[in-house]
Amino acid sequence: MSALVELVDLSKRYGEAAALQPTNLEIARGKTTVLIGPSGCGKSTLLRLIIGLTTPDGGEILFNGDKIDIDAFRRRTGYVIQEGGLFPHLTARGNVLLMSRHLGKPEQESAARLRDLCQLTRFPDALLGRYPLELSGGQRQRVSLMRALMLSPELLLFDEPLGALDPLVRAGLQRDLKEIFARLHQTVLLVTHDLAEAAYLGDNIVLMNEGRIVQQGSIVDLRENPANEFVSEFINAQRAVLFA
Amino acid sequence: MKAFALLLLLASSAFAQPPVRVGSKKFTESYVLGEIAKRTLIEANIPAEHRQGMGGTIIVWQALRGGQIDAYPEYTGTIAQEILKRSDSLGFEEMANELEKVGIGMTEPLGFNNTYALVMRRDRAQSLGIRTISDLRYHDLKIGLTHEFLDRQDGWQPLARTYRLHPRNVIGIDHALGYAALKSGEIDVKDAYSTDAKISELDLVVLNDDENFFPRYDAVFLFRFEMPAQAIAALHKLEGTIDEQKMIRLNAEAERTKDYARAASLYFGDNARSTTTESLTHKITRWTIRHLQLAGVSLLLAIIVGIPLGIFASRGGAVGQLILGFAGIVQTIPSLALLALLVPLPYFGISARTAITALFLYGLLPIVRNTATGLQDIAQPIRDSATALGLEPGARLRKIYLPIASRSILGGIKTSAVINIGTATLAALIGAGGLGEPILSGLNLNDHATILQGAIPAAILALLVQWSFDLLDRILIPKGLRL
Repeated sequence: MSALVELVDLSKRYGEAAALQPTNLEIARGKTTVLIGPSGCGKSTLLRLIIGLTTPDGGEILFNGDKIDIDAFRRRTGYVIQEGGLFPHLTARGNVLLMSRHLGKPEQESAARLRDLCQLTRFPDALLGRYPLELSGGQRQRVSLMRALMLSPELLLFDEPLGALDPLVRAGLQRDLKEIFARLHQTVLLVTHDLAEAAYLGDNIVLMNEGRIVQQGSIVDLRENPANEFVSEFINAQRAVLFA
Repeated sequence: MKAFALLLLLASSAFAQPPVRVGSKKFTESYVLGEIAKRTLIEANIPAEHRQGMGGTIIVWQALRGGQIDAYPEYTGTIAQEILKRSDSLGFEEMANELEKVGIGMTEPLGFNNTYALVMRRDRAQSLGIRTISDLRYHDLKIGLTHEFLDRQDGWQPLARTYRLHPRNVIGIDHALGYAALKSGEIDVKDAYSTDAKISELDLVVLNDDENFFPRYDAVFLFRFEMPAQAIAALHKLEGTIDEQKMIRLNAEAERTKDYARAASLYFGDNARSTTTESLTHKITRWTIRHLQLAGVSLLLAIIVGIPLGIFASRGGAVGQLILGFAGIVQTIPSLALLALLVPLPYFGISARTAITALFLYGLLPIVRNTATGLQDIAQPIRDSATALGLEPGARLRKIYLPIASRSILGGIKTSAVINIGTATLAALIGAGGLGEPILSGLNLNDHATILQGAIPAAILALLVQWSFDLLDRILIPKGLRL
């Protein structure tokens, strides 16, 4: 059983419009799965369904083969979003330690974990006392990542984590993320609209359109054996970026 | 709701009253008679206090009926027309019998008839050749009347009918301000009481009531039969002891010195300054402390109730709309009208409790609205993050949402506090005290110095409150939100 998370006929409608058609997907343990597709294709809806920010209209989510209890599940996952996910009234340290303090974990243990995470994410210790507004966009995303990793989650979820960063910072963070995922053997589900990012980080790329999965596989699979016209169009549209 | 009741209890026990409470209406003569009664009681070794200028007839009468006061000076004409609502002329005995049915006693007349009258400046009346009310028919004059006289059953409407007057210019104006307007010529005719000190002071003429329209207004004391027998006996001793000349002199003294206790002491024949006179600093301190009690207790209640309501309202839906709608509607009721609406209710009446409740209702909207919008303005990514982290709903609110909304919530509390400091001056209208007391009596006496004794401390209080909240902002709003 290699799948950590399994989606069975999961679906969601907003009024008349189907945001997600009944969908099946396995998220492989220790791998990075990337959801990609044009705006409105249902990739973010899929992610929000998994973390319970949206309730599905049909189907179910299995975690380690079992149905999930959402509160317990949330504490075994980490969640990083594009911008604004940090709490502005807490320092970087306060943000990262929020949950461990809430759960009453020993301070010393948490402090040691925080030091490790700073090294892992290349975040300078000296900046831990700063508030989100005093940090750069890249630094904020590193704090977000530390917060997500703090409780050693089994699953890491990313919703366009690098979308708002400038290209240089973005490239640096992509490199660091890849290294971190590899080192931790982390199971990751990442949403992006950038094929280069998907190709660079993803072991399994899931291309979506109009609320359904069109094709999944490695970037080579998608390029060499497109399932239909849409897949080749989507790949070619971003080709210049990919193979420049 | 338990906390609410407890606070009301605390508030009312803070204002616990000694045994005999004498009330008075909002004009000089009533103040003076109230002081005379208070001193008479004290000289008979009965503890007494005087609640000055509680309002118009209906408010003071309701206070007497409701037991918030034990006695107050009233006039027979008012009793027949306004209290018993009788349009036929009622004999003194019948009147006493009617009052007895509702547990209220009446002394014999005190000795003077303070009837309503219409007055003009002597020079103006002479130049127009006006001597009687009938003469008004032939001139189109500007008439300024007190609001009470405009509405009374024995007031302006039937008077105009009796005399067939159809003036085009009739305005409502406060009694004391009306005299100023008469003096400056902005109005030509106004209503007055025949013992008003202003009549001789401003050299006014009383127009002859040639159709005998005005009923007699013999001054009496009304009292509750439940009052101690010695207190009733003491009030009876005042019967027949004040004639019209004496009352005019007492009224003139009160208006000259702005000191009702001193005017009352003339009645007792001593010219020495009354021993009960407080120093100005002491009075201002007392008013200020009461003012802060009224505003403070009501603000505390508004915070305790307003923040949870704001949290509910922030979730939107029908209940949220209902809460915001209710708080908004309360805000649109003029504060004076809100007080008047609460006074007849059983639990309220003329008391600090009523003032605090009105102020509490007023303070609610800014807190509810700011709490609701502060919470609604929190960005979706922050909400998603808090939820996805696995915080329970209560912890999300406590640790994330409320701190982020703290600036907006504190802003609402600050607005409420400043509104309450200002509006609390109206509490004096229903005898709840505070800095409105000197403002009200100053307005009544047309005396700017007395008005300022209340207005200046009230303005300073409002500024201090503003500053202390600015300071509080720095302590209570997390630093990360102030960058």
